[in-house]
Amino acid sequence: MDGELDLAHSLEVEDHLRTCASCAHAYRSLQGLRSALQTDTLYYRAPAGLEARLRAALPQPGRTQRARPILAWRSLALAAALAIVFLLGWGLARLRPASPMGETLAQAVVAAHVRSLLAAQPVDIVSSNHHQVKPWFNGKLDFAPPVTDLADSGFPLVGGRLDYLDGRRVAALVYKHGRHVINLFVWPDPNAPDRASRMTAEQGYHLISGTRAGMDYWIISDMDPGELQQFANRVESSL
Amino acid sequence: MPDPQGHRDFEQTVLPHLDAAYNLARWLTRNDQDAEDVVQEACLRALKFYSGFQGGDGRAWLLAIVRNTGYTWLQKHRVREQALPLEETHDLIPDGGCGPEELALRSVDKEILRQAVEALPIENREVIVLRELEGLSYKEIATIADLPIGTVMSRLARGRQRLQRDLAARMNEEV
Repeated sequence: MDGELDLAHSLEVEDHLRTCASCAHAYRSLQGLRSALQTDTLYYRAPAGLEARLRAALPQPGRTQRARPILAWRSLALAAALAIVFLLGWGLARLRPASPMGETLAQAVVAAHVRSLLAAQPVDIVSSNHHQVKPWFNGKLDFAPPVTDLADSGFPLVGGRLDYLDGRRVAALVYKHGRHVINLFVWPDPNAPDRASRMTAEQGYHLISGTRAGMDYWIISDMDPGELQQFANRVESSL
Repeated sequence: MPDPQGHRDFEQTVLPHLDAAYNLARWLTRNDQDAEDVVQEACLRALKFYSGFQGGDGRAWLLAIVRNTGYTWLQKHRVREQALPLEETHDLIPDGGCGPEELALRSVDKEILRQAVEALPIENREVIVLRELEGLSYKEIATIADLPIGTVMSRLARGRQRLQRDLAARMNEEV
């Protein structure tokens, strides 16, 4: 249930669940509980402005450390309020839909994901070896996408293909987690500062997007948000 | 400490996990303002200890600091949990009488679910949050909470059990 048992024990448990009604009932109940727990509504995201307040309160290099950081932070909060409002406005403006048809990038990502699942197979290069997948993009893209295999975290690489998002050719890397297919779209955004990963929901899917080391990335899957975030963290640290 | 590059590295390692830090702090302290205070203090400590960070999973590293900071904060600020009686439960198989209510947990009112998790004793609540909301493995939870893996497993099992019983009871009350 937690994906922690080795294969031999997992098979034993599955066998037992097939024949033992009360255990199967208990298993289903627990799964029901876990699904309820794993939805977004119980997850507390950092409130708007906390990041800005933290940056302001962290000791800057060269300055002397404040004696009572927490009190200083509280008095800064008021002063920073105007700056935060400005930043929010600017941040919201960046989220305007890019396409003239009014489709947002998130919607385009969902469409690309669904199309990939409708096709005969979601990849054009089938390989779990990133040494094969990465060079496949040579000559097809004007950048070299970062490709890593995350099988040791439970997310094996299935392969790659080209896709089209935000008005440009992008790399689509496909991973699997159990029976879930994950699409990771990556393209360069060379002057963009790092942006912490954000989870959004679109048409029933969970998406995570961010910017790291000059690469924009979008991740989409029908996994639960917790596992999706796990995958995103692995991806982010590999960029 | 004049180290601009190190400072930037720190921000890049830590700030992407701000949501995870706040989420854990919020479930530990059960209060928005207190959670912010804990996150604030945890980040300051993280900055202080950043030179000891070997790389790897920034989220787990930060969450371990948040967890410690949270516990220290709770001790310092009086919060003494109501010691709920520990039920002596001998097995994890529920008795026959609870069928449909348990399976209906998927559609349980979110507020009731939130209250049920909040009502858990802190040692069960933290592992439930780390497992179900953060998707961390037993080993990662054991590292963050500084517990043996066996303890993580039993606290998780107890937490899930208590939630099931608590939710079944609350939903029965509504009828």
